[in-house]
Amino acid sequence: MYLSSKIVKRLKPIIFISFLIPSVLWFYQFINNNLGVNPIDKLMDKLGEFTLQLLIFTLIVSDLSKLKSLRSLQLLRRMIGLFAFYYVAIHLLTYVFLDHFFNFSFIIKDIIKRPFITFGFFGFLLLLPLVFTSTKKMLQKLTFKIWKRIHYLIYVVILLGILHFYLLTKADKTEPLIYLFIVFVLFSLRIVRKFINPQVDQF
Amino acid sequence: MKILSSEITPYKTFLNRRKIIKLISYSSLGLLFSKSAKANHQENVDQYTNLLDKDDTLNNFEEITNYNNFYEFGLGKEDPAKYSNNFQPSPWSIRIEGLVNSPGDYHIEDILKGVTIEDRVYRLRCVEGWSMVIPWQGFSLKDLIKKVKPDNRAKYIQFETVYRPEEMPGQLRNVLPWPYVEGLRMDEAMHSLSILSTGLYGHNLLNQNGAPIRLVVPWKYGFKSIKSIVKMRFVDNEPTTTWSKVNPREYGFYSNVNPEVHHPRWTQGTERRIGEFYRRPTLMFNGYADQVSNLYKGMDLKKFY
Repeated sequence: MYLSSKIVKRLKPIIFISFLIPSVLWFYQFINNNLGVNPIDKLMDKLGEFTLQLLIFTLIVSDLSKLKSLRSLQLLRRMIGLFAFYYVAIHLLTYVFLDHFFNFSFIIKDIIKRPFITFGFFGFLLLLPLVFTSTKKMLQKLTFKIWKRIHYLIYVVILLGILHFYLLTKADKTEPLIYLFIVFVLFSLRIVRKFINPQVDQF
Repeated sequence: MKILSSEITPYKTFLNRRKIIKLISYSSLGLLFSKSAKANHQENVDQYTNLLDKDDTLNNFEEITNYNNFYEFGLGKEDPAKYSNNFQPSPWSIRIEGLVNSPGDYHIEDILKGVTIEDRVYRLRCVEGWSMVIPWQGFSLKDLIKKVKPDNRAKYIQFETVYRPEEMPGQLRNVLPWPYVEGLRMDEAMHSLSILSTGLYGHNLLNQNGAPIRLVVPWKYGFKSIKSIVKMRFVDNEPTTTWSKVNPREYGFYSNVNPEVHHPRWTQGTERRIGEFYRRPTLMFNGYADQVSNLYKGMDLKKFY
């Protein structure tokens, strides 16, 4: 079986919409008061966790695209990455607008004082250069070598995201540890692959 | 004047107007514009409203019974309501032990015989930064303490939650060391604000709220108000409490609501009152400073958090 880039291109709109759906659904649930009695917290949790899942998904997709027959999956990676940014942006906006209603003096203190927010916010900042350099034009401008280096930041972003989740969890750390385990496996795969075949570009 | 039939609201829509309006005002965005949007589901609201402090409104029954931290039934806020159906709050007794003159197993019916059940409307402030206003029914803890006659050496009371993993699925996992234990200093326990509650909104306590009997100490963070109590031990030293055992840096024995004491995970300067959009400033001792601050005279509350 071979997944042609034609098929992937055709599927792209459908994949795009399916990644958009959760945000639309949650927004709808939110305004209809269907997110329980503390809807702001719940909305933030959902957005945050989905961001983490999308970030990890970009790694999985680029791993899969290393297989010859699935090479065309490469065409999806940028979209998924940008969706991760979309969700983390709403996550942050929810915190700034709904949770603290633009009380910036408080928010700044919160970011400094509470390690889990510090790490989460830092992760968000490190995601920005990836977003700004996500276009083809930027790739050409920067040359592939530099572009690639910038995009290695994804690993740091993911680890910060997991740390953010781990630190905010009160008692049962299972969920963040599961994410950490998945990421550990993906990282090791990459290291092994690089070791076996150092010529191939991988990130 | 001629009215087109298309201008007339269809009958069904007409009937649904109120529903639609309610839906809009019910939504959290609606709360931005109207603070009185909350509908209370229970009948006897009026009898509690005159017990309310200024600036407070009651949370409704649905909110109070569907948003709980009760890890014995699961970690999610909605888990206690979902997974507490198999819990049997009756028959029930409390074991009184330690430095008391009348130790023994007390049936809840016998305990309730000698006390007066009162309405107490209290704010409940969770350490996670949210709060509610709850109309409890209960009796003064000191009435039970007097009944069991602690001796002079008793300086603290340790409370214990029931351990029944077969009825409390959360206890099947070791997220906390079971059973849950909490404690109060004797003068805190004897304070007139401290109650043992058996109901809210005129209903018996639901399982998710700590049936059949729980502590309510309104000037301390919610986790101090231990639920489904089966044991009270009178001791002379500060007893262990579950959260301070798990994470002593974050949770102290006293755990008084205090906007000044920094917590690494949650802001303690403000809180979200469930059902409200804007955060409120958190008050010292959860707004009960007038009544309780004398208990802590001369103590460094940053040290004894």
